[in-house]
Amino acid sequence: MKQRIIDHPVLGKIEERKLITFRFNNKEYRGFEQESIAAALLANGVRTLRHHEENGTPRGIYCNIGHCYECRVAVNGIQGVRACLTPLQEGMVIESGGRLPTTVRDWRSEDE
Amino acid sequence: MNKVIIIGAGPSGLEAAITCREQGLDVLVLDEYMIAGGRLLGQLYEQPDGTWWNGLEESKIRYEKALELGTRFLLNTPVNNIVQTNEHWTVYTDTESFTAKHLLLATGAAETPVPVPGWTLPGVMSVGAAQVMTNVHRVKPGNRGVIIGVNVLSTAIAMELKLAGIEVVAMTLPVNSQVTNESSQPKEVMNSLLHVSHMAPSKFIKLGSRLMKNDFMKNMGVTFFPKTGVKIWDIPIQLRKAVVEIYGDNEVQGVIVATIDSKGDVVGGSEEKIKADFVCIAGGLYPLAELAAVAGCSFYYSEELGGYVPLHSERMETNLDGLYVAGNITGIEGAKVAIAQGKTAGLTIAHHAGIPGLEKDIQTSIESIERARDKAYIQFHPGVKKGKELLLAEWQNRLGE
Ligand SMILES: Cc1cc2nc3c(=O)[nH]c(=O)nc-3n(C[C@H](O)[C@H](O)[C@H](O)COP(=O)(O)OP(=O)(O)OC[C@H]3O[C@@H](n4cnc5c(N)ncnc54)[C@H](O)[C@@H]3O)c2cc1C
Ligand code: FES
Repeated sequence: MKQRIIDHPVLGKIEERKLITFRFNNKEYRGFEQESIAAALLANGVRTLRHHEENGTPRGIYCNIGHCYECRVAVNGIQGVRACLTPLQEGMVIESGGRLPTTVRDWRSEDE
Repeated sequence: MNKVIIIGAGPSGLEAAITCREQGLDVLVLDEYMIAGGRLLGQLYEQPDGTWWNGLEESKIRYEKALELGTRFLLNTPVNNIVQTNEHWTVYTDTESFTAKHLLLATGAAETPVPVPGWTLPGVMSVGAAQVMTNVHRVKPGNRGVIIGVNVLSTAIAMELKLAGIEVVAMTLPVNSQVTNESSQPKEVMNSLLHVSHMAPSKFIKLGSRLMKNDFMKNMGVTFFPKTGVKIWDIPIQLRKAVVEIYGDNEVQGVIVATIDSKGDVVGGSEEKIKADFVCIAGGLYPLAELAAVAGCSFYYSEELGGYVPLHSERMETNLDGLYVAGNITGIEGAKVAIAQGKTAGLTIAHHAGIPGLEKDIQTSIESIERARDKAYIQFHPGVKKGKELLLAEWQNRLGE
């Protein structure tokens, strides 16, 4: 939890909230109940949420408010969930998507 | 069937909900975020009278008031589609659909992305993302940040990061490209910075805004703009340098900056590295109007308002029956303007729902929007008033057809 802002000169001390346990890529972490998955992971120092389906490069949040879909993860088996919009719950199992086994076919040349 | 559905629980949607409830209308508010308040949540700045505008508090006050008045909220609920059928609107979410006679779109704004080589590395985020992490979730976006893009919003957020004890090592421009265009030209940026000068205790900028009233002086200002940059709140702002690349193996490790000339072109051989563990990209805001487009609204393009906005009246009506707009979907402005617009939209909806005697209140509320605009602390485009006038003229024009 090294990345938490505990004290703030204007906003004051961080609100006490219930700490819960969740899993991300088979590792256990702790976060505040109802905060976003993205915030909980970043507070634990985790920036990489998935690897790109085609080229396998690492990706994290970009907009943090649901617009860009860069933060998509699988939550309790449901794919394509936005980590920045989804509230954390006790026992959640979160997994990164990765590079797909077959390449995505490039149709462009046929369309030209 | 609901009487009124509001999409978006930002400042405009919340104020509209309160207003409709006060008039006794049945209201359902849908929002995809987990907390009500929209982009007001992350806002934090000191006002001219020395008090702080605390977006978290302001959001909470309005949300609780709306709840007390009996507004129904569904948070964590993205709206995917809206369709008009037989004099009512159907609103589709992932799991359910809802209908109402009156539908208000209060979906706010989105940030314009600015592609920079290396921008998909984890640790690169929009400047608004850093604001939300810091002020709403109380998680540091990183320890040492670089901000690409110098504008009203990024300057305000740089100060907010600083306030939370996060180091901002540099604010620079993006490299000149077709996409970035004006935002990568020192002169244009200098121009726009003149409008944030009151927020910055920097002598240079304050002095600058007095001196650079005409184009000649502005040109001089850029030519003489020190290569080492100026500092606002101890954050070095470099209008003579641009980030040409963000580097790092699996996460951001830093940026490569280069000196640029007054037109924004890179001076070869001037590249140097700055270490950082996060990078914010600030490309400005545009109205989030997809649902209005899906519905088939008429649109109007206005640079002053931030892009395409649904054509609408002063009373917040669109050209489609029962469809209204309020807040940043009608043009990029601060939260106080959005609140005033929400009130007008709420009253207009009540009027169309058959509640008599609201005409005077509607007129007064329209004047309040004007007042909020005139007193606005943050102005995203200096020509916003002009933009609104042109839009209204276009509305009247098309109505006449
Ligand atoms: C990232 C960002 C940072 C900003 N920071 C500042 C700042 O520091 N100072 C300032 O003065 N202004 C800032 N603004 C401008 C801001 O838009 C206004 O101040 C104000 O919040 C606008 O209010 P609104 O009600 O129009 O929309 P918003 O506050 O944006 O609220 C819109 C709401 O609609 C919801 N929504 C959108 N689409 C859907 C959908 N399809 N389904 C369900 N819900 C949806 C969103 O989740 C959001 O809660 C910022 C804007 C952005 C985008
Ligand atoms: S970070 Fe953009 S949608 Fe989640």
